[in-house]
Amino acid sequence: MKLYVTDQGGVTHELEGIEGWRVMEIIRDYGLPIKAECGGCCTCATCHVYVDKEWLDKLYPMRDDEQDALDNAFDVHDNSRLSCQILMSESLDGLKVTLAPGTEP
Amino acid sequence: MALENKGETHKTDVIIIGAGPVGLFAVFELGLLDMKAHLVDILDKPGGQCSELYPEKPIYDIPAWPVITGQDLTDRLMEQIVPFNPVFHLGQMAQSLQKLDNGHWQLVTSEGTVIEAPVVVVAAGGGSFVPKKPLLPNLESYEGKSVFYAVRKMEQFRGKKILIAGGGDSALDWALNLQPIAAEVALVHRRDDFRAAPDSVNKMRELVAAGKMKLHIADVKSLEGADGQLSGVGANSKAEGDFIIPCDTLLAFYGLTMKLGPIAEFGLNLHENLIPVDTEKFETQTPTIFSIGDINYYPGKLKLILSGFHEAALMAQQAFRYVYPDKKLRFQYTTSSSALQEKLGVSDKAA
Ligand SMILES: Cc1cc2nc3c(=O)[nH]c(=O)nc-3n(C[C@H](O)[C@H](O)[C@H](O)COP(=O)(O)OP(=O)(O)OC[C@H]3O[C@@H](n4cnc5c(N)ncnc54)[C@H](O)[C@@H]3O)c2cc1C
Ligand code: FES
Repeated sequence: MKLYVTDQGGVTHELEGIEGWRVMEIIRDYGLPIKAECGGCCTCATCHVYVDKEWLDKLYPMRDDEQDALDNAFDVHDNSRLSCQILMSESLDGLKVTLAPGTEP
Repeated sequence: MALENKGETHKTDVIIIGAGPVGLFAVFELGLLDMKAHLVDILDKPGGQCSELYPEKPIYDIPAWPVITGQDLTDRLMEQIVPFNPVFHLGQMAQSLQKLDNGHWQLVTSEGTVIEAPVVVVAAGGGSFVPKKPLLPNLESYEGKSVFYAVRKMEQFRGKKILIAGGGDSALDWALNLQPIAAEVALVHRRDDFRAAPDSVNKMRELVAAGKMKLHIADVKSLEGADGQLSGVGANSKAEGDFIIPCDTLLAFYGLTMKLGPIAEFGLNLHENLIPVDTEKFETQTPTIFSIGDINYYPGKLKLILSGFHEAALMAQQAFRYVYPDKKLRFQYTTSSSALQEKLGVSDKAA
């Protein structure tokens, strides 16, 4: 199971996905720079990512609290998600995300 | 909870910077040894990360509490320290620390409160909670002049053309409060949905419908102006593309983030933004200044609440020696010491 993460500097990394883990945790565990200040509580929005367009529909839809938390992010686009709210699974094998500005630790 | 008036001078035994769980428990350990404490926190409530970041989340590794939420833990700690009457200086940044001629420390807060004590405990956790800044070019040159993240004095904004950015309670509350005294108030938010209290949202919508407030559903993109004085804010929306919202003041409310802050200037020989301490007394390289909880560093450190509690107990032993240099320290259990029980207000004598 693979996860492709483009960091804030534009470099893409291939990460090994871990079933059932939050994408934010996989990114942090791999050692890429991600602030994720609230530790996955869906409040800080410092785990904000842009999801590659082809993957957008395959994700579990956003809940209200994720929309609310995104109010505290910048440069929010239609493909913005909080990576702590995406659970990795086989069906997301190959998922591509880009760390948004404001996620630097 | 004792809240002191801002802008006064206080003398106490120990100044605690940070009212997170670890700072709160330090009050207890110090209190058992007859030391009084004043706490300073930039947040307007105690509890640090537990109450600000995850009040509703369950914590499972607090000894003897199989499960307890961040807010409940804070409330229990507040209850546990009641007998020691700690004084809280909330909504204030611990700004500067200076050594006085008598060897005591003088701490001055952002609100001008002065506290003097022989011992300082830095329990600043992940740093001070400060407003998150919008990612806009040349932001610094406008900050404090025409871009603000908080309203200290409403009068400052009388007659201004104010743009308020955000969709939460702070944004809506200030839009409503400033509307009567400002020349103009406009609100800019990324979506036409507000997480603020429904009552505030309704009031805002009424003002907008009556033409007394403007509402822009757009992203803030740039600051226009010169010499720190705004003339407008560049915005972008799907419907309108790029446009300028004329204003002379921007108030931005994008939530809080943790930053080390003024403690970096306290001369504590930081190690990657953490304060190195020994593991016997949790004292910094500056004698009489201690550091406990998430902000300190030593080999094997774990950023856990329970580690911070342990650090608080050991810190108090050495703090006692500084506060009462002529007294002998005796080790006692709260279960069996009538002296400790009296302090806690639970002895027969105290009852
Ligand atoms: C989502 C999440 C889940 C967690 N889960 C657990 C768990 O299950 N178990 C566990 O043990 N730990 C957990 N933690 C970690 C735990 O919250 C921290 O270890 C704990 O809060 C540290 O306490 P503290 O008192 O040292 O600092 P903090 O809680 O960070 O409090 C420090 C306080 O100091 C204030 N401050 C700092 N500098 C200044 C200044 N200059 N002036 C004024 N005020 C200042 C800050 O505003 C803050 O209120 C979790 C953390 C998060 C984010
Ligand atoms: S880690 Fe804070 S919102 Fe995801």
